[in-house]
Amino acid sequence: MTIARRRSYGVKGAPYAFLVPATILFALFFALPIGYAVWLSFRKVHVSGLGLGSGARKEVWAGLENYTDAFTDSELLDGALRVIGYGCIVVPVMLGLALLFALMLDSDKVRLAPFTRLAIFLPYAIPGVVAALLWGFLYLPDVSPFYFVLEKLGMPQPDLLDGGPLYLALSNIAVWGGTGFNMIVIYTSLQAIPAEVYEAAKLDGATPTQIALRIKIPMVAPSLVLTFFFSIIATLQVFNEPTTLKPLTNSVSTTWSPLMKVYRDAFGTGDIYQAAAEAVIIAFATLVLSFGFLRAANRRTRRDASHGGAR
Amino acid sequence: MSSLAVRKAPSAAGATGASHNRPPLRGRIALVPTIGLLLGALYCLLPVAWVVIASTKSGSELFSTFTFLPGSGFTDNLHDLNAYRDGIYWQWMANSALYAVLGALLSTCVSAFSGYALATYRFRGRETLFNVLLAGVLMPPIILAIPQYLLMAKADLTDSYWSVLLPQVLSPYGVYLARIYAAAAVPSDVVEAGRMDGASEWRIFTRVALPMMVPGMVTVFLFQFVAIWNNFLLPYIMLSDDEKFPLTLGLFTLLEQGANTPALYTLVITGAFLAVIPLVALFLVIQRFWSLDLLSGAVKS
Repeated sequence: MTIARRRSYGVKGAPYAFLVPATILFALFFALPIGYAVWLSFRKVHVSGLGLGSGARKEVWAGLENYTDAFTDSELLDGALRVIGYGCIVVPVMLGLALLFALMLDSDKVRLAPFTRLAIFLPYAIPGVVAALLWGFLYLPDVSPFYFVLEKLGMPQPDLLDGGPLYLALSNIAVWGGTGFNMIVIYTSLQAIPAEVYEAAKLDGATPTQIALRIKIPMVAPSLVLTFFFSIIATLQVFNEPTTLKPLTNSVSTTWSPLMKVYRDAFGTGDIYQAAAEAVIIAFATLVLSFGFLRAANRRTRRDASHGGAR
Repeated sequence: MSSLAVRKAPSAAGATGASHNRPPLRGRIALVPTIGLLLGALYCLLPVAWVVIASTKSGSELFSTFTFLPGSGFTDNLHDLNAYRDGIYWQWMANSALYAVLGALLSTCVSAFSGYALATYRFRGRETLFNVLLAGVLMPPIILAIPQYLLMAKADLTDSYWSVLLPQVLSPYGVYLARIYAAAAVPSDVVEAGRMDGASEWRIFTRVALPMMVPGMVTVFLFQFVAIWNNFLLPYIMLSDDEKFPLTLGLFTLLEQGANTPALYTLVITGAFLAVIPLVALFLVIQRFWSLDLLSGAVKS
C-alpha cells in the first residue's frame, strides 16, 4: 500500500520535476527580461540641474511618453517601411523557390537529388554574418565576378549597394540563406504523402505538373503556412545582414531596420528606455502580423475543407 | 541552352533510330527538375566557391586577377591571419566551438527532459506550459537581449562566457522537436512495463526512454549547435573583450576595420573561408547516418 502510494506520488510529481530546468531557464531568460523591458519602456531618466552629483539623474515614471515618441519617430517608421519592402521580396521569393525545389526533388526520375539537396541546404550551415560578408564582397565592383562579366559584355554596371538595388542585394542574402531549410521542411511533408494518393491521378493520365499543382501543393499547405509564419517573424527581425553590409557601403544607415534602431538607441545614444519601448512595439507588431496571418490561413483552410476542397 | 538541345535531341534522333539503341534520355531522367535543382545548387555553392578561391589570392591578386582564377597567396594569407593580434582568430574559433558545443549539449539535455515529460505524462497544465515555452520562439531576439544585458550587468555577468552561454540553453524549438520525437519513439506500454518492474521514473527515463530518443536528440543538438554557432546579436550585445568573441563577432569587427584598409580584405576573406569549414564538414560527415528531414520534425513510423 505504501509502495503504491509512493509510486503514484512519484508518477504525479515526475513530469514537473523533468520540467524544472526548462521552467527556471524560461523564467530567468525569457519571462524576466520581457517583463523588465516592458517595465523600462514606461520609465525615463529625469535630470535635475546640470546632471552632476549623485541623485541628479533619477529614474522616474514616464507613462506612455516613450511610446508616443516612438510612434512619431520618423526614423523608426522609415525603418519599418524598409523592412516591409524587404519582406515583400524575401518571403515570396524564398518560399517560392523552396516549394519549387521541394517539388522538383520529389518528382520521379530526378537525378543527382541527394547532391543538389545537400548543396541547396548548405547555406543553412553558414552564419548570417559570414553570408552577408561573402555576398558583400561579391557585390563590390573591384572583386565581383558579376561586374567582371558585365564589363566584358559592355553592359551597364549598377551599384548594388545603393538605392533600390540595395533591397535586392539584401534580399538575395536572406533568400540564399533561408531557401534550403524551408525546402527541407516542405520536402519532408511531401515525402509523408502516401503513394496511393497519386495512383488514381496517374491512371487518369495527369501530368507531373498537374499532380504537383492539384494534389501535392494542397496537401503540403500546412507546412507552407508554417514556413510562411516563421519567415515573417524572421524577416521583421532582420539585423545581422544589414549590420554586416554597413562597413561596405554608406547607404545602410545605423537605423536601416527597426532592430538596428533599437540597438543604436540602447547602446549608441544610451537611451535604454526609448529602446525598450521600441522593442516592445516591434515584438507586438510581430505577434499581430504573424498571428494575423496564421488566423487568416486557418480560416481559409477550414473553408476549403468544408467545401470538400483539399480532398 | 545546351541542356535544351539535349532535351530535344533524343526524340528527334529516336525516329532515325539505328545509332540510338539507348532509350530516349527524357524517359530516364526528368530533365526539367534535374536542371532546375542543379541551377539551385550552383546558386547556393557560388559564394562558397568564391571564398575558397579568393582565400588563395594575395592582396594585389584579389583586385587584379579574374575572380574564379586561383591565386598564389593562400599560405601567406594563413600566415597573416595567424600573426594578426597574436592569432586571436583561433581564439575566436575556439570560443565559437565552446559556446556551440557546451550550449547545444546543455540545451539538448533540457529539451530531452522537457520533451519526454510533455510527451509521456498527462498532467495538469501540460498544454499551457508547452504553449508558454513555445511562445518563446516568437520573441524578437532583441527584446530579450537588451534586458538580458541589463539584468546580466546587475549580476555582474556581462562580458563573460556565461552571458553568451546561459541565455541560449533553453531552445523553444528544441523542446518542440523533443516532444515530437519522444511521442513517436517512446511507446507508452514500455514506460508502463518499466513501472510494473518497480523502476523509478528517473530510471525509466535514463535507461529505457533516452536510448530510444537518441536520433531525435542528435537533431536537437545539431539544430542548437548551428543556432549558437551562427548567433551574432547576443555576443554583439554582451561582449566587449575580443578575447571572448565568437567567430561571427570577430569577423565582423575585422570587416569593420578592414573597410578602411583594403589590405585587411584578404584577412577577412581567409577568415570567412576557415569559418565555413567546420559546419560544412560537420554536415557532410553527419549526413551519412542522419537525415536532413529530421530537422523539420519528420518522424518515421
